[in-house]
Amino acid sequence: MTPTALKQKPNTFCASLSADKLTLKHGKVSIIDQLDVTLPEGQVTAIVGPNGCGKSTLLNGLSRVHTPSSGVVLLDGKDIHSLPSKEVARRLALLPQDTLAPDGITIEELIRFGRHPHQSLLKQWAMDDQEAIKYALHAADLEGLKDRLLDTLSGGQRQRAWIAMSIAQETPLLLLDEPTSALDLGHQIEVFELIRNLSRQGKTLAMVVHDLPSACRYSDHIIAMKEGKILTQGSPKDIMTKELVRELYGVDCDLMPDPMTGSPILINIRRLRS
Amino acid sequence: MLSWFIKTPAQRPLFYVLVSALLVLALCCLLSLLFGAGGLTPQASLQTLLGNGTADDEFTVFHLRSTRTLIGLFVGLTLGIAGALMQAVARNPLAEPGLLGVSAGSSFAVAMALVMGASTATLTVGIAQLGALIGCICVLGAARMQGQHNDPIRLVLAGAALSSLLLAMTSLILLFDQRAADEIRFWVTGSVAGRDTNTLMSVLPSMLVAVACILYSAKPLASLALGERVAIGLGHKPRRIRGVIIVAVALLVGGATAIAGPVAFIGLVVPFAARALVGPDIRRTLWLCLPLGPIIVITADIISRLVAQPAEMPLGVLTAIVGAPVLLLIVRSRRLPTL
Repeated sequence: MTPTALKQKPNTFCASLSADKLTLKHGKVSIIDQLDVTLPEGQVTAIVGPNGCGKSTLLNGLSRVHTPSSGVVLLDGKDIHSLPSKEVARRLALLPQDTLAPDGITIEELIRFGRHPHQSLLKQWAMDDQEAIKYALHAADLEGLKDRLLDTLSGGQRQRAWIAMSIAQETPLLLLDEPTSALDLGHQIEVFELIRNLSRQGKTLAMVVHDLPSACRYSDHIIAMKEGKILTQGSPKDIMTKELVRELYGVDCDLMPDPMTGSPILINIRRLRS
Repeated sequence: MLSWFIKTPAQRPLFYVLVSALLVLALCCLLSLLFGAGGLTPQASLQTLLGNGTADDEFTVFHLRSTRTLIGLFVGLTLGIAGALMQAVARNPLAEPGLLGVSAGSSFAVAMALVMGASTATLTVGIAQLGALIGCICVLGAARMQGQHNDPIRLVLAGAALSSLLLAMTSLILLFDQRAADEIRFWVTGSVAGRDTNTLMSVLPSMLVAVACILYSAKPLASLALGERVAIGLGHKPRRIRGVIIVAVALLVGGATAIAGPVAFIGLVVPFAARALVGPDIRRTLWLCLPLGPIIVITADIISRLVAQPAEMPLGVLTAIVGAPVLLLIVRSRRLPTL
């Protein structure tokens, strides 16, 4: 399957997601403090920053898993915590880090879970569910593997199966927490290309990423965070500088455009000399 | 008709396994009517079933043994389902109401009620269910307190501690009350003999509530197996699901305990066998627990009638003899299955 062979699946509605003076705490410790952010619609946003800077917490806050201490998350202009959870789940899908599925579950069974927000006590299983699953299997290139057990797959295939579950959820928004950090290079590319394809179909995506060159290459918008605050944000080419890398990670490096794609790559990375 | 039930290839095995299990269950019920202590031979029992027995024989088969079979059926159903539910809520294949102090909480509540003047005949099922609920909340709370709520062994340790504490307290209060002690002595080992159908009828309304709880939350409960955050992401409310399921478990275990006393290990063995046959999805496990629970309890009951003739071995003793090795088997397996 080539990436462009995907047939377009129009989203039933657009969705915007933003945070207004969002404060998130773990116990009494403030992780995110008074943060304003808006995810650009129809684009891939990469959230980058050093360990412990609050990237995952921000993603949990935006996806209503983490309840804010103050401030609001706005989904289509409404407080996400005031909307019924199922309605939110029809507009926004979340793929957490370190997902764990029970032993003995097949890919198709996993993907079927993505249909839960569209079902109710009275409407258990319908034709559109079947179609959504078929489409998700197709989009994630898993058609031949649908009856395989999840724990017999490669890491990349497994991650694509989880993303396929989110695709079956048919949401205009998808948030992914470190979708590639446990994967080797080949599997990382599999997953990043799938994410880019989803974006081309009009989905708004946000992901937490550790690898800066991948973040630059596969996103349209980068949010650089440090200590619970946004240092800077914008398109990779505009914001990626030596100074930013030093500020974020405390390392020196040189930047050059990738000769093939033009996106910034880091070379000659070294420890900061005091 | 078949296509209504089988929607994905994964469900096909469930259907056939379920049908076979139902046939086995029918056979078990028949054997339970045919075999038993006393002078009535299996051949004579069969004749009685076909309508050629004496009045005495008919009393034995249609009253004593059929009641006993019915109660075995009920106890197997409730404890098997309760075990599967509790394991799904705790995400722990070792979570079993009998081991975790849920049954012990239930018997403690019953003992308290006896001491306070109730008799086994007037004992309300509600007391046993309330005790089960408190036991359930205590053990899940204790195991969660450290934050490491997904350590299977920790939960079992907390359950063992709670169980021994409650059993000790039950013994203690019975020491001071000879009448209650006599009433409860046979009851606390767990048995399906000598119970009557009246208790069964008084339990049924609360069972309907439990069934409603399960129907309402089976699908969200299944999603909980994918992790808390995924379940929230799918629009479910994990806290509410767990609450509803814990109520269902308490109703089921309390109901079974009120009728047959604490019978351990059924809630461990039945879901373990069900998962081995049809995989981990809680909805499929629950379907299969329906016939498997009664099969195991009725079989255990038949054996308990036959091995110690003319006396009878209490059912609770036999289920422990069968169940304990299964527990060791699960703990010893190289890796605990994740739920």
